[in-house]
Amino acid sequence: MSIHTRIVDDLIANDISFVTTVPCKQLAGVIEEVEARPEIAHVPANKEDEGMGLCAGAYMGGKRPAIIMQNTAIGVTINTLVTLTQFYRMPLPMLISYRGELREPVACQAEMAVHTKALLNQLHIPTYHFHKEDDVEELDAILKYTFMCSKPVAILTDATFWGGY
Amino acid sequence: MIRSDILRDIAPVIRDQLVICNIGLPSQELHMIDDQPTNFYMLGTMGLASSIGLGLALAQEKTVISIDGDGSVLTNFGTLPTIANNVADNFILLIIDNGSYGSTGDQPTYAGRKTSLAAVATACGCETVAECAAEEVKATLEAAIASAKMTVIVAKCESGNIKVPVITKDPVSIRDRFMEAVRG
Ligand SMILES: Cc1ncc(C[n+]2csc(CCOP(=O)(O)OP(=O)(O)O)c2C)c(N)n1
Ligand SMILES: [Mg+2]
Repeated sequence: MSIHTRIVDDLIANDISFVTTVPCKQLAGVIEEVEARPEIAHVPANKEDEGMGLCAGAYMGGKRPAIIMQNTAIGVTINTLVTLTQFYRMPLPMLISYRGELREPVACQAEMAVHTKALLNQLHIPTYHFHKEDDVEELDAILKYTFMCSKPVAILTDATFWGGY
Repeated sequence: MIRSDILRDIAPVIRDQLVICNIGLPSQELHMIDDQPTNFYMLGTMGLASSIGLGLALAQEKTVISIDGDGSVLTNFGTLPTIANNVADNFILLIIDNGSYGSTGDQPTYAGRKTSLAAVATACGCETVAECAAEEVKATLEAAIASAKMTVIVAKCESGNIKVPVITKDPVSIRDRFMEAVRG
């Protein structure tokens, strides 16, 4: 089974049926898998804060949402995370490609990478970092935790993690 | 007519519908005019009323009306292609276009100058777009609800605000009450 299938199987097993995405090269496979699965309504967004608005609406409509995005989007979404997702206390799993870490070819990506964990920490967002192949084993528990506590939760997936597959 | 006149006019039409209401004075005015459990008041997050409404419409079957503002649509322009390409026939986007950032003191927006939001929505692929004068909003909205077709309404009105208290309700209570109404 591919890692993409594995990840999307975990989303579906946790009853996640509404997923919004903004692409990253590292996320291409998982986005393709989300699009292919009939259990999930996939609504691509033009900007990640817009995507979080879509997720808030889907959640209030009775669906479990998730967003798939790049870590640079943390810079785009702070206001939304704080004044919508957290203020109204809504769950939101965020599967995030952690660009700018080891094995990164594009220098500019390192600039947001150095702020990513600090920002998430400042926002009090529970954050998990997938670095080794078998870190994915925790995804199911992280998703259950997210809907248990009704918070946005970040899953950072770096190049070493994706390179393992 | 100003925004609050439109809200008073349409209050009986939207009272039994699910409403996502824009940040600032629109939410405060609607809250004062006719507070309903079916109203979701945005207390922050300028720009996302249309996105929240679309997500809600795609997730369940009841009619959803997002009451938005011209300034907020301009700040989240990416919403229009997303709406156009993910058709939810239970979704109505009502843009109250007063040509200004009303809530912050009536600073002019580009929608009040050369930019036509109706033309932009059409160019983005929205199939049913209606621009109307403030006096016609109620009838246009009733027709849109009856049509069961996804509709973008651009309601032109004058800039201006009434004195209105801020909303002091707890956000989680607003959300919880609203979700109960969605389910009910
Ligand atoms: C990111 C951000 N920038 C600015 C503001 C301040 N702000 C709140 S409401 C508003 C005006 C919104 O204008 P519009 O959507 O046209 O609604 P109106 O009040 O005119 O009905 C602005 C600029 C904000 N809340 N968030
Ligand atoms: Mg305005």
